[in-house]
Amino acid sequence: MRLTLKIWRQANATADGSLKTYELDGVSEDMSFLEMLDVLNEKLNTEGEDPVAFDHDCREGICGMCSLMINGEAHGPEVTTTCQLHMRSFNDGDTITIEPWRAGAFPIVKDLIVDRSAFDRIIASGGFISANTGSAPEANSVPAPRDKAMRAFNVATCIGCGACVAACPNGSASLFLGAKITHLGELPQGQPERWDRVVSMVGQHDAEGFGGCTNIGECAGACPKEIPLDVISQLNKDLRTALKHGH
Amino acid sequence: MASTADVSGLTQLNSPSEQNSDDARGYYTLGEKIADTKAPKGLIAERWTKHKMDNRLVNPANRRKMSVIIVGTGLAGGAAAATLGEAGYHVKSFCYQDSPRRAHSIAAQGGINAAKNYKEDGDSTYRLFYDTVKGGDYRARESNVYRLAEVSANIIDQCVAQGVPFARDYGGLLDNRSFGGVQVSRTFYARGQTGQQLLIGAYQAMERQVAAGTVEEFKRHEMLELIVVDGRARGIIARDLVTGEIETHMADAVVLASGGYGNVFFLSTNAMGSNVTASWRAHRKGAYMANPCYTQIHPTCIPVSGDHQSKLTLMSESLRNDGRIWVPKNREDCTKDPRDIPEEDRDYYLERIYPSFGNLVPRDIASRQAKNVCDEGRGVGPMVGDFRRGVYLDFADAIKRLGEDAVREKYDNLFDMYARITGENPYETPMRIYPAVHYVMGGLWVDYDLQSNIPGLFVAGEANFSDHGANRLGASALMQGLADGYFVLPNTIREYLADAPFPAVDETDAAVVEARESVEQRINTFLSINGTRSVDSYHKELGNIMWEYCGMERTEEGLRKAIDQIRELRADFWSNLKVLGTNDSLNQSLEKAGRVADFLELGELMCIDALNRRESCGGHFRAESQTEDGEALRHDDEFSYVAAWEFGGDGGQPVLHKEDLIYTAIEMKQRSYK
Ligand SMILES: Cc1cc2nc3c(=O)[nH]c(=O)nc-3n(C[C@H](O)[C@H](O)[C@H](O)COP(=O)(O)OP(=O)(O)OC[C@H]3O[C@@H](n4cnc5c(N)ncnc54)[C@H](O)[C@@H]3O)c2cc1C
Ligand code: SF4
Ligand code: FES
Repeated sequence: MRLTLKIWRQANATADGSLKTYELDGVSEDMSFLEMLDVLNEKLNTEGEDPVAFDHDCREGICGMCSLMINGEAHGPEVTTTCQLHMRSFNDGDTITIEPWRAGAFPIVKDLIVDRSAFDRIIASGGFISANTGSAPEANSVPAPRDKAMRAFNVATCIGCGACVAACPNGSASLFLGAKITHLGELPQGQPERWDRVVSMVGQHDAEGFGGCTNIGECAGACPKEIPLDVISQLNKDLRTALKHGH
Repeated sequence: MASTADVSGLTQLNSPSEQNSDDARGYYTLGEKIADTKAPKGLIAERWTKHKMDNRLVNPANRRKMSVIIVGTGLAGGAAAATLGEAGYHVKSFCYQDSPRRAHSIAAQGGINAAKNYKEDGDSTYRLFYDTVKGGDYRARESNVYRLAEVSANIIDQCVAQGVPFARDYGGLLDNRSFGGVQVSRTFYARGQTGQQLLIGAYQAMERQVAAGTVEEFKRHEMLELIVVDGRARGIIARDLVTGEIETHMADAVVLASGGYGNVFFLSTNAMGSNVTASWRAHRKGAYMANPCYTQIHPTCIPVSGDHQSKLTLMSESLRNDGRIWVPKNREDCTKDPRDIPEEDRDYYLERIYPSFGNLVPRDIASRQAKNVCDEGRGVGPMVGDFRRGVYLDFADAIKRLGEDAVREKYDNLFDMYARITGENPYETPMRIYPAVHYVMGGLWVDYDLQSNIPGLFVAGEANFSDHGANRLGASALMQGLADGYFVLPNTIREYLADAPFPAVDETDAAVVEARESVEQRINTFLSINGTRSVDSYHKELGNIMWEYCGMERTEEGLRKAIDQIRELRADFWSNLKVLGTNDSLNQSLEKAGRVADFLELGELMCIDALNRRESCGGHFRAESQTEDGEALRHDDEFSYVAAWEFGGDGGQPVLHKEDLIYTAIEMKQRSYK
């Protein structure tokens, strides 16, 4: 198929950026979206134009590195990551607009690449269970109810991609944050630090410049791992409880 | 007990028996045998405990004054950073991704082994040790493997304490599944995302240390050179991938946990950025590269669909628990809808050839048999060259037996991924799979302490060669990465650091200046060749050579051809490469150029290693060495050694150092899974 691509080009964090138009022919529907961009980049390289920079690594939908706004939708039209999107989701003759994540807390680095290190700092602020190596009790000494363990697992599948933030009109990271709070809060091992954790992580979230949640729900719609919106209710509930008890 | 020390110190230059079978003559020189692996003596079950006692301690107050560079944030590097940080050392952690959480370990699907014997099915530390040595076709160092089996149970405890949400049964206890090459259920898992959950555990533990101030993160940084001062590894040169700045980082010790180099084949299941650069730069500085030709080709991957293909996707081995592998008995049926082929016209070839292990034979065997049936013209799916390259992995029986919901619960994300990539629904029609490069057993040589032959340079995880011999069993890489990072390295590096802190090294030191300048010069060369070919085009061509001649089946003739072709390609690369852009900004083509340049050197060494090893063992299959029914045939009399290669200089010949493999706790046999 033949496509018209409008791609955000920006030389670095401080330069002005703009959408640039490219025509690309010979795209097959078995290609992944990123393989389509590989083909474009080979062409640009031959023609002497700087290839388009975009983040990617595993190309299996699990590392969370890929991050494109495709026709205004984070990760494009399907419920999956950009790297798992295939060209069979598009038609011959389509115009596709490709932009980086847009959010105040994710500054642009170059072209389609943004800086998501705010997520690491949120985790560092309390997104863990303190268990020094070697101090752990025998694994089966503390059973975890299966339904709770399943819920913990389901939300622990968050890949930290940031699509939720990009999709949110407020640029909030509440879905990402709620997923971590719920993952650790559902497990017996996560209880001792539960209340301090939520207060500290919410504080860091706000300090990074992410917006507040006003229950719009765009985040859950964009999330490639289908993290449910109710993790935000859990987050709010835990925060209220923590504050009530003076944490 | 015969120890490696008994055979040490003998320089056996080209003894006659070695010369007779030496296919690689003319490509290398023979060096001294490896004298000491530091493996302790005594009963195998007591060695690690004793060694931990013997290794000196570092006073907590002193740890703060010591710094350790860790390159890599996968299971091995992440776990090591967290643990050394907790102990109070100053850790500098590097990764090329934008976050440590994205290291390639995240993609591991199926599970992690541990000898917990929760199923009461006869598992034990010894059995895990035995299975691993046998699975590795008796080419691993037994002391290391035993230690791995021994600490495996602690890993599960550690991960559960961190909140890793493993699968559980209805009573709330941990669940297990089976993997290839074994007859017990010892694999712990988190649906098809075990690597993700384990890595997030390690990452969170590491971030906790970032907050505590003991771990310093350098993200989007790539190590491009090792700094060796007065014979000790003392630092690295890294490039900030955003600004292009070339930085010098010094420390008391350097740990490489930079993963595997399967991407030398271009198409593999590895992440796009996985590379050999950190290891290769260390190799060029003197570190031995061990068994580089030992490559694992995984039997269950989604087949290639066209020329645009940028990577291959694994379908976890755990699927072989419930899926049945088959091809049509008759070539005429290969293009039919598989559902229309009656039972009697299907060949469940693994169940037929290996009745006792069936679909759960080890990976090397499953892969080679898939190749064989396709070579016979019984493959399915699109033609790739002269043959169809695919076999069926069929879940119809499992769905009938367990119900679709139960299958969904176990494998949903894998089935989804398959559907997305191929456009076919595996709940309705069998998956098509084919082997793909997945893992490398080879890597930098390390002793029992995970220290390379360069003092102060430690290597952990897939980057070292240590535990899997010539073939790795499923679910054992995660085990090894975490064993190295959480339990082994922190207990061995302290013996080295007991003599630290070492004298400060100035950035004007000749060794530092040399390292830095060589990096700068290389980058300038890439940017100024100004030829006509892209980095990717070289990478693809190298991959084709490697897959054709150094892939699932290797021959003397093919390997010689490959070496010639690689040399030619490398010369062309350095004269005709085209990399646009500049050094002082984010430049992905430039990053790739450095990686491919190193792959072009590694590929040649892999072929030389494969040429030298005129035997078949594990994932290394030399067509010249097989039994009558086509199984791998080892030659223990000649090749029961680790091949540790020393860099021989540009244009020079690599030097082979042999480490004899001596088994005291296990008897060497030809493997049989029939
Ligand atoms: C698809 C897939 C599925 C798998 N499934 C399983 C499984 O179910 N069970 C199992 O046991 N094993 C599995 N494996 C194997 C296993 O995942 C890996 O062997 C293991 O995770 C490697 O971990 P590591 O810590 O050694 O390295 P990696 O996780 O590969 O980490 C490498 C790190 O090094 C960094 N790095 C590399 N080079 C540089 C450089 N030059 N400068 C700076 N940083 C650098 C990277 O940024 C990264 O942080 C699977 C592998 C694949 C590909
Ligand atoms: S919650 Fe979903 S969208 Fe947000 S970071 Fe996690 S996986 Fe991505
Ligand atoms: S590249 Fe890893 S999730 Fe897309």
